Amino acid sequence: MKEFAYARPADVDAAIAALSGRPDGAFLGGGTNLVDLMKLGVTAPALLVDVSRLPLTAIEERPDGGLTIGANVRNSDLAAHPAVRTRYPALSQAVLAGASGQIRNAATTAGNLLQRTRCLYFQDVGKPCNKRLPGSGCPARDGVHRDLAVLGHSPHCVATHPSDMAVALAALDAVVHLRGPDGGRTVPLTGFHRLPGEEPHRDTVIGPAELVTAVELPPAPAGPSAFRKARDRASYAFALASVAAALEVRDGVVREARLAFGGLAHKPWRARVAERALRGAPATEEEFARAVGSELAAAEPLRDNAFKVPLAHALAVRVLARLAGLPDHDAATGAGR
Amino acid sequence: MNPAGTTGPLSAADDGGGAPVRLEGLLKVTGAARYAAEHTPPGTAYAWPVPAGVARGRVVAVDTGRAMAEPGALAVLTHENAPRLKETGDATLLVLQDDRVPHRGWYVALAVARTPEAARAMAGAVVVSYEPEGHDTVLTPDHPGLYVPDKVNAGFPGSRERGDFDAAYAGAAVRVDATYTLTGLHNHPMEPHATTARWEDGRLFAHDSSQGATLVRETLAGLFGMDKRLITVVSEHVGGGFGCKGTPRPQVVLAAMAARHTGLPVKLALPRAQLAAVAGHRPPMFQRVRLGAGGDGVISALAHEVVTQTSTVREFVEQAAVPSRVMYTSPHSRTVHRAVALDVPSPSWMRAPGEASGMYALECAMDELAGAAGLDPVELRIRNDTATEPDSGKPYSSRHLVECLREGARRFGWAARDPRPRSRAEGRLLLGTGVASANYPVYLAPSRAQARAERAADGVRFLVRTDATDIGTGARTVLAQIAAEALGVPLERIGVEIGNTGLPAAPVAGGSAGTASWGWAVHKACRALGGLLAEHGGTVPPEGLATTADTADDVPAESRHVQAAFGAHFAEVAVDADTGEARVRRLLGVYAAGRILNARTARSQFIGGMMMGLGMALLEGSTMDPRFGDFAERDLASYHVPACADVRDVEAHWIAEEDPHLNPVGGKGIGEIGIVGTAAAIANAVHHATGVRVRDLPITPDKLLGTAGGPGRWSGAASGSTAHDLPT
Repeated sequence: MKEFAYARPADVDAAIAALSGRPDGAFLGGGTNLVDLMKLGVTAPALLVDVSRLPLTAIEERPDGGLTIGANVRNSDLAAHPAVRTRYPALSQAVLAGASGQIRNAATTAGNLLQRTRCLYFQDVGKPCNKRLPGSGCPARDGVHRDLAVLGHSPHCVATHPSDMAVALAALDAVVHLRGPDGGRTVPLTGFHRLPGEEPHRDTVIGPAELVTAVELPPAPAGPSAFRKARDRASYAFALASVAAALEVRDGVVREARLAFGGLAHKPWRARVAERALRGAPATEEEFARAVGSELAAAEPLRDNAFKVPLAHALAVRVLARLAGLPDHDAATGAGR
Repeated sequence: MNPAGTTGPLSAADDGGGAPVRLEGLLKVTGAARYAAEHTPPGTAYAWPVPAGVARGRVVAVDTGRAMAEPGALAVLTHENAPRLKETGDATLLVLQDDRVPHRGWYVALAVARTPEAARAMAGAVVVSYEPEGHDTVLTPDHPGLYVPDKVNAGFPGSRERGDFDAAYAGAAVRVDATYTLTGLHNHPMEPHATTARWEDGRLFAHDSSQGATLVRETLAGLFGMDKRLITVVSEHVGGGFGCKGTPRPQVVLAAMAARHTGLPVKLALPRAQLAAVAGHRPPMFQRVRLGAGGDGVISALAHEVVTQTSTVREFVEQAAVPSRVMYTSPHSRTVHRAVALDVPSPSWMRAPGEASGMYALECAMDELAGAAGLDPVELRIRNDTATEPDSGKPYSSRHLVECLREGARRFGWAARDPRPRSRAEGRLLLGTGVASANYPVYLAPSRAQARAERAADGVRFLVRTDATDIGTGARTVLAQIAAEALGVPLERIGVEIGNTGLPAAPVAGGSAGTASWGWAVHKACRALGGLLAEHGGTVPPEGLATTADTADDVPAESRHVQAAFGAHFAEVAVDADTGEARVRRLLGVYAAGRILNARTARSQFIGGMMMGLGMALLEGSTMDPRFGDFAERDLASYHVPACADVRDVEAHWIAEEDPHLNPVGGKGIGEIGIVGTAAAIANAVHHATGVRVRDLPITPDKLLGTAGGPGRWSGAASGSTAHDLPT
């Protein structure tokens, strides 16, 4: 039987010390993902350092007008926070689009970022998986991969990152605050998660015994922001594709645009190509479609997930159009009559 | 008890028409009700199975050395040391008897240890060596191994012909020829299959999560070659079954073998991730339906041809073409099932086997026929109603399909519907409505029951005892109601004992036949007890009074009437024109199912069936990975079952139906009809909303994507197997 040690240090430094030199250990947050993976036998840490009760639960105003979100702020609390709801609606909407109420009550901000990428083969210990057993192969590439990546995948892994929250954070230029044995550092959220490349077992750039202590939000973008997610099941499901966007339009011209996709890649996909195309462009559906298309031109769909590209395209165009205040075309008259 | 015949969404003020609440409700919500895995006799050991890691082949060697070195290890059972079993007719239960691996996930060993954690670690440490063989797990419409079985599930003929279909179809004024595809589906009850078993002095005791302890006992007696009187099976509380606990499953056999092998009580709860391979599934299916009708929509020719799969272990062929033999007037008919035995897990019963699958295809084809004939879909069905069952020519004891359609149409507001596809929208949401008929045959099985009257401090108390099973349906409560009515006493005076083979034998909770079958015996025993009580001048003697009833001679083997429940399902969907997401706004069912005994629990069964139909239509599917030979979805995160938030508004109604030919209970059975046709009503609503006919379930966003039109569409879009018949 696989036994593991459990520690619950009183402060951040003690937590980092407890995991230092223990590559066989893991920090435990809300447990909504790690504990599942332990039950499945996907991972079997010998030491769990429980950081879920560390006093990292505040959402604080920053001098620059941004917010600092403590690592242990529960997803439910983050989504409901007045400052988040009013100034960063995309983030609140993204968090509420994820999981179920019960899971959001348990899941933490840091844990949400650090949940593992998802793939049916990763979760099935009876099958090969380069992420779980490096070098064993990727059966998803030619297998059941409807939900998996169309952007940035590698021959070794086609998994997708499941977080909705992280998609909004990517669009909002959030910064991850880390503390480790060698002190603290910050990493832009867009650089926090990795593409699989040659090392699909590494989901993020986090180092040994490094602890996420907070997520920093810079001041909210000038225009409105929104998040939208397409999924198979209304009640709760992981994203087939999702979009977080912020758009500032003046005199019918896009001044500033932020756009990120979820459900398409091993990480939240910041759409810089599309953003460049959007800046200075007329705020029309046609221009939005062109700009988003320029981003998705890089897509390399697998056999059964090509639909994700037009899905993400349609989602992004619609989100941008609504942020720009363009009217929805009546769908019944859009075609067929 | 409740002839009111209607109940909508429950609120605090509307408690189900004042119908009795579940007798065991308090036990369940407080956790006091104990399920099969929640019994822990002293010294209990724990088992964990080892599933085969190849799709077909032979076990060459099993190395148990590392497993037995685990602390707490007790034993590893394999085909070399497990107790021998005798054949009972269900080969899926002949576990650990030989070296054959008929499909991936078939159990090849069982680890037993002092703790569940140790058993699981042992199972992971068992090294099984295989001699793999080539495997075939992919159903295709023209698979060379297809054959027509003599009989399909429930004993129906595999093939039937009436009249001259080809000639009638060729001469029909309006024709529909469409093929509908279903993916594999899994029952996935909340409570996975579990057993706690122990042997004492040659007697076997098992707490088993099952839909029928009587059948489990008889099967165990056969497998172990022992007198069934030496076996006690208890299924007191069961956390759902939906058919996959309708026959004994391997866990009860494995637990009993392990308990005999170790001499200890053994508990085995199957992990969710293993269920897809051993608990059964609704098999994938291709259904070609051809309808030929006159200009008035009246059907002259009907062909329903089913292609499906079974396993090499046990033949199970869903009777999906059978509904087409009985639903509508069809003078010229061809209904045939073709199956191929693949190296796949064995398909088995899943809620409304045959009807759920077959009525999906038939009722979508009826919608297509309505479109082709320019008729309203409700009206088309009414025009094709029949007083006699087309297949047998027998009259129905009662058939109120038309009344269900009309009542449903009225309640749903069907008359205001613009029949043109893609005619209604709210912004980017396309709205549509659809209808489908429902039917489910009346099954009945002989049952026994005992009724007792006993003196108690507060007067006379009555006890009914029968080995019925309450899988969450409210069976316990309804049996108490039947007893109270037969005895003419308040419900509070009635106690019910069920779910134990120490009680009078009773059939499974399946085929929507439980309440009528058990209830008949309970009714009969209680009437006899009432008579006996009268003989005693209304006074219960100190030793009490008891009567036993057996309906073996009452249940008719052959009836001159056809008995079936009917219904109509209406659905409203909203499809996002940008994303293809189809969501159900409203579901409404109207049923004619005989007498409804308890409005509260009946409503739960009806809407539960409808929700499961919603899952079939839009969400659920198990994908065979042909390289490995197993289903990829192994948890409830990837196998999407609908939750309350997946439909805003769901209503169940029923019409008062008195049928003197039925049985003393007066009910036709309601456990399954809620899922029959529901998927078709939703699929038809999706077509009405979008103008796109998706003929393969589930209707996920990818199948509707790219139908939006409008500016700025992605130009390199993928396409699915959809047919666009947009009005021009």
